[in-house]
Amino acid sequence: MALMRVSSPHAHGRYSTGMVMRQVLLATVPGVFVLTLFFGFGTLVNVLWACLVGLACESVALLLRGRSLAFYLKDCSALVTCVLLGIALPPYAPWWLIAVGVAASILMAKQLYGGLGYNPFNPAMVGYVVLLISFPVQMTAWTPPRGLGEVPGLWEALQACFLPARYDAVTMATPLDVLRQNQGLLLEDLWAQTPQFGRWAGIGWEWVNLAFLAGGLWLLYRRIFTWHAPVAMLASLALMAALFYDGGSSSSGGSPLFHLLSGATMFGAFFIITDPVSSAVSVRGRLVFGALIGVLVYLIRVWGNYPDAVAFAVLIANFAAPFIDHYTQPRVYGHGKSGGTG
Amino acid sequence: MRRVYGFHGGIHPAENKHQSLGSKIQQAGIPQQLILPLSQHIGAPARPVVAVGDRVLKGQMIAEPVGHVSVPLHAPSSGHISAIEERPIPHPSGFPAPCIVIDCDGEDAWAPLQGVANYRDCEATELLELIRSAGIAGMGGAGFPTAVKLAGKSGQSVKTLIINGTECEPYITADDILMRERADDIVAGIAILQHILQPQETLLGVEDNKPEAIAALQAAAAGSAIEVVTFPTKYPSGGEKQLIEILTGLQVPSGGLPGDLGIVCQNVGTAVAVRDAICHGRPLISRITTVTGNAVDHPQNFEVLLGTPMQYLLDLAGLHPERCERLVMGGPMMGFTVTTAEAPVVKTTNCILAPTPEELPPPPPAQPCIRCGLCAEACPASLLPQQLFWFAQGKEFEKLEQHNLFDCIECGACSWVCPSHIPLVQYYRASKADILQQRREHAKSEQARLRFEARQARLAQEEEEREAKRAARKAAAEKRAALAEQGGEEDPIQAAIERAKAKKAAQQAGDGTAATPVKASPEVALRQKLAKSEQRLAQSIAAGEDAKIVSALEATVQRLKDKLAEAEAAATESGTD
Ligand code: SF4
Ligand code: SF4
Repeated sequence: MALMRVSSPHAHGRYSTGMVMRQVLLATVPGVFVLTLFFGFGTLVNVLWACLVGLACESVALLLRGRSLAFYLKDCSALVTCVLLGIALPPYAPWWLIAVGVAASILMAKQLYGGLGYNPFNPAMVGYVVLLISFPVQMTAWTPPRGLGEVPGLWEALQACFLPARYDAVTMATPLDVLRQNQGLLLEDLWAQTPQFGRWAGIGWEWVNLAFLAGGLWLLYRRIFTWHAPVAMLASLALMAALFYDGGSSSSGGSPLFHLLSGATMFGAFFIITDPVSSAVSVRGRLVFGALIGVLVYLIRVWGNYPDAVAFAVLIANFAAPFIDHYTQPRVYGHGKSGGTG
Repeated sequence: MRRVYGFHGGIHPAENKHQSLGSKIQQAGIPQQLILPLSQHIGAPARPVVAVGDRVLKGQMIAEPVGHVSVPLHAPSSGHISAIEERPIPHPSGFPAPCIVIDCDGEDAWAPLQGVANYRDCEATELLELIRSAGIAGMGGAGFPTAVKLAGKSGQSVKTLIINGTECEPYITADDILMRERADDIVAGIAILQHILQPQETLLGVEDNKPEAIAALQAAAAGSAIEVVTFPTKYPSGGEKQLIEILTGLQVPSGGLPGDLGIVCQNVGTAVAVRDAICHGRPLISRITTVTGNAVDHPQNFEVLLGTPMQYLLDLAGLHPERCERLVMGGPMMGFTVTTAEAPVVKTTNCILAPTPEELPPPPPAQPCIRCGLCAEACPASLLPQQLFWFAQGKEFEKLEQHNLFDCIECGACSWVCPSHIPLVQYYRASKADILQQRREHAKSEQARLRFEARQARLAQEEEEREAKRAARKAAAEKRAALAEQGGEEDPIQAAIERAKAKKAAQQAGDGTAATPVKASPEVALRQKLAKSEQRLAQSIAAGEDAKIVSALEATVQRLKDKLAEAEAAATESGTD
């Protein structure tokens, strides 16, 4: 009987990093489905192409760094980054745009910093922002949702991606754009006069957000992450919207519900800011981190100049994460307040 | 119902307790050989009082305690001492250690035992002495001498006596079955502890996954001043600090002891051992041990003589050696692997776990930390394990201490949850060892520095004094010369005799003949004494001892220096004149 020497603990929980990542991938399904439903196959093509490019980039980087491909690809973290970036990009984006974004995410934001676990910034959001700054025209071209125009089919989606020169995209301002550009209309009138608005927020967008919310809740239920950062972000965003709602006047920033169900709110809250690597760590830290993002999202949406604000807000908060961690260290057992904990 | 509190973090690993609870406590019987490590407790190892070849009776003391924090050892059965030598013992280090080996004769003949008729008539100190001489050390796992723990720091009164029946580690059921089957003995033992400590309240804490044990304890404790408190099952609620927080809402101050809060914790098994020792005079020679894991056919609890080789127990439980790749003493969370089944059961062996590789698979290779924070969420000490891991990798000891590495109780909850399978606890243990080593070295070099400085100062002072003496002599000689010139009284013959004498003495000294030691010895002895007391002074300064002691030592050093200077001056005088 040859006996091993192993350090305790000998038992292990059911989590593994690869499993966590796969669950995140699975949880994006409803959101991608609804995006496809309203905006056609563009997002799906984005995601698949991004994954292909991403795996190639990751493999090359790992080979260059002399790491085992089989072991590190298994953690699926590259796939998660690519899927998230693919979702965030406007559908019917050209192949090179996606490729540049993926390369920025995987090579620059992740592998250059030392690979999974060492990246201070959310890789998908780095890729997104690099593209947004470099190619603002392509990055702001959203097609109209189903009901407000023709939704391209699969063939058109492939054509748009791989033969962009031959494809003429029809674009339409997103509800967030409409609201920001509002000059002098009461919110109520704006709502009545602009076709983009639906029941609570933009047509299509409200369902996309609800679908990502559903995926996020499932991840919460699976305990893939804790509620702190998402809830803090949504709460602070809603609070900001409520504070500046201004009774729906022409200078109103939009209702809390509108903000919660617009743009990348839910996608960001449950799939982007929950990226553990680049967020704050402690429970209190995550509350602060989430709340900061909520505030920033609102500020950039209403007073900034970009179509959506989640990516910038997340990067700024990533930057702040180490400081947040520093100031939110939990009180260790037996330190400080002696006695009662109850 | 008493209010129970929560504690931060914690996990819910699969309990796996039912396997070993199918049958009652079995007597393991007497193996051919018993191997008794001299150190089965925290503190100084015991010193053998028997020799190879001696016949010993069951319950006879075979090794005596050395110092205050130590306990004696008794023969668990009758037989002959066949060896006193190093043998494999269950210890995380895996190193062998000195053991007394008894070849049992199978008669199991008892030495005469003398219990106390009525412990209520005894003083606490008397009972503590009995507990100490019965060799009792904490049976929950740590093995701290029970009498020392009960005595506490002088002047501390005990408000709450906490009896730990939590047994939160998966697989282990030794306390559970003890509580089920011997609740009366536990209560009797607690009554003795109450008599010794006179606490205001006595709480017996049990996790709510042990309904049978709780029912038995409640029945046995009815009408007594013992309150059985149950609380939700969560690992590691049985950790002393966690249990205190659950039951009282208080946290033991970092670096402090429960006694600082007026709390004493004892394990249920220890309570039974105390009862046996006081009521029957029976020393600690056996214990309840769970043998479990899928590599044995009949997982169950044994009452086993200390020193019984694990192999013997495993065979009783029906071990399949081919299925077993690791053998764990203790539970899957905090237990450690033993590398040979020849290692014996000791006072702290609450469980022997023989899992199959499928049951507890070997750890997969670690992946990078993804900072998911699951570890921080699980940590019962509210540490940030991922930060500690980061610093441990970089060997940043200062940062580790700042982040309170030493408050880590090594419960393993962080490693258990880590999705990247990082062996966090292993890093912490290694870092703690490194830091302690560094502290020791630092203390040593600090001591050397102090010694060096003291020596420099002494040499300088000696030089000064010599200078002063020389000046004085010169002055005296000039005075003498002046007197002689004045036609002084000095007898030239006498002076010549003196000079001759001195010359002879100097020659002898130079030859190294018999006269040397006589003349040199006071000086040499003084020098040695001085060096010793200087060293002692440096030590006490380095160890931060009491100011009184330090100043007393300083005075000694000064006195010796003065004496030495005198002696040296005398020697130079006689040598040069
Ligand atoms: S549980 Fe593991 S991967 Fe997660 S933060 Fe802690 S050490 Fe890192
Ligand atoms: S082993 Fe230490 S750091 Fe890990 S959970 Fe336990 S107390 Fe916390």
